[in-house]
Amino acid sequence: MSTLSPDSPPLPDSGPFARREPVALAQAGSSAVPRLVVAGLGVLGLAVVSLLIGVSHVSWDALFAAGGDDRATQVLVISRVPRTLALMLSGMSLGVAGLILQMLARNRFVEPFTAGTAESASLGILAVTVLAPGLPILAKTLVAAGFALAGTALFLLILRKLPLRSALVVPLVGLVLGAIFDAVTTFFAYRFSLLQSLAAWTTGDFSSVMRGRYELLWSAFALTAVAYVVADRFTVAGMGEAFTTNLGLNHRRIVALGLAIVAMVTAVVVATVGMIPFIGLIVPNLVSLMMGDNARRSIPWVAVMGAGFVLLCDIVGRVVRYPYEIPVGTVAGVVGSLLFLYLLLRRDARVG
Amino acid sequence: MIEARNVSRRYGDTLVVDDVSLRIPERGVTSIIGPNGAGKSTLLSMISRLLPLSSGVVLVDDLDVTKTPGDALARRLAILRQDNHLTARLTVRDLVTFGRYPHSRGRPTVEDRAFVEGAIHHLGLEPIAHRFLDELSGGQRQRAFVAMVLCQDTHYVLLDEPLNSLDMKHAVSMMQELRRAADALGKSVILVLHDLNFASCYSDHIIAMREGKVAFQGNAEELMRTEVLRGIYDLDIAIHQLDGRWIAVHYR
Repeated sequence: MSTLSPDSPPLPDSGPFARREPVALAQAGSSAVPRLVVAGLGVLGLAVVSLLIGVSHVSWDALFAAGGDDRATQVLVISRVPRTLALMLSGMSLGVAGLILQMLARNRFVEPFTAGTAESASLGILAVTVLAPGLPILAKTLVAAGFALAGTALFLLILRKLPLRSALVVPLVGLVLGAIFDAVTTFFAYRFSLLQSLAAWTTGDFSSVMRGRYELLWSAFALTAVAYVVADRFTVAGMGEAFTTNLGLNHRRIVALGLAIVAMVTAVVVATVGMIPFIGLIVPNLVSLMMGDNARRSIPWVAVMGAGFVLLCDIVGRVVRYPYEIPVGTVAGVVGSLLFLYLLLRRDARVG
Repeated sequence: MIEARNVSRRYGDTLVVDDVSLRIPERGVTSIIGPNGAGKSTLLSMISRLLPLSSGVVLVDDLDVTKTPGDALARRLAILRQDNHLTARLTVRDLVTFGRYPHSRGRPTVEDRAFVEGAIHHLGLEPIAHRFLDELSGGQRQRAFVAMVLCQDTHYVLLDEPLNSLDMKHAVSMMQELRRAADALGKSVILVLHDLNFASCYSDHIIAMREGKVAFQGNAEELMRTEVLRGIYDLDIAIHQLDGRWIAVHYR
């Protein structure tokens, strides 16, 4: 601190608030934005690949041939475009949900699939299927979101009460809680002969996504946008309750908002395409390594990379056993666990 | 002015802060000293509404801290606790910028940027401003947090052991910087200190706590007496006057 001297200029006093034009964008770094654009273009490239592969032949030639190929256009509009969009929307929103949950729990090893969120959402779907099978998908999703909210709130409540809060105990608590929800779900599914349907909605699979059956995912996208708008609050909450209170923010309110977003996103994704593990874990951790935890900067990256990761897993799943498909949830599980091991071994020094 | 009226804090059956009433001056450096477990940090946390009061009232400029909206209080009073263990990877500049949050609501203006750069400059953080907090030493991180709290530009600045993990040079610069905030900017700086001699050399007003109660209030000259200190620490401490300052020698 050699710069300290009696004549060093004082901090500017809080003078007139005349010039209050935001300069955040200009400061955000001219190099950061283009890199994000490049990454975004890469994801768009993946999206195009995702549009062109599949059992039914769709190619540029067929689409743009004179007169047009009606069948190819139909496949594209009814099946391929919705599938690709659904992949990107789920990837984005699950990645951001994972990021938010990690900030709220102040732990890097949690995500909606290791905190009981997805399992409780799944229990909610089962409850609707048994008790009110006629409900439309929107109502079903809302019930699932309610269950997910309760399940995740219980998780955070247990964390608050936990006397010894080591970095590794936190995800273990989530896994145990998730396993309990899972056991209850499986028991009732077995009793009501719904085990097969249960398997169908718990495995993340985009092969049945069609126009008219994925649009709810846009609401997950909207929630991601909300998360971006209030990103600073999540960053502050991630620094702890005292830090948040000092800056004049209400910690409980931020946690409630974050919980609502995480629960809604997870419920929507589970209800429309099923469970896709690891995205909410891997992607935020990679982004954190790259550019830190300022959510204002990291949310766009998490969204882009989440979309890219799911697209890639889906493309691999569709190509490996062509013309058959491996569900994206399975591919994501394999790829994700490998990446996660790599991350763990790389940053063992700073587990906390 | 900060005023505490009959403030108590109870953990189970233990009274950690026991019916404390005091006034902290409007300006200058006020230090809170005392042995471990005297209730210093608890008192500071209650004054800054981080901990609920078991009983009593805390007024900051006549505002009851438990009833005043958090954002209004955040522009008057800033608090830094000692347990800043964190998991977030923020750069020093990002952290300091968050100190402006009560003013900027996350949209820093030109003026806010000037405050951030000023605070970074005053705590000598320029060389590490772009580094992530989790890559810094404890002392560097401590300075970054103090820069953030100063950047909040509140009239009252409360710091719980700000000299923690600082080396001698940085401890001295930190105290000079806090002194400057009080003298040049007219702030009221309230510190929990463990080092008696820092308290003696830099404070206008010293509050000593013992077993949850205020054991002494006054200036350095009044505090730095062997018999007064024995009543606080149960230890015979020799006092020497050097260059017009009272220095405690408590190593033997």
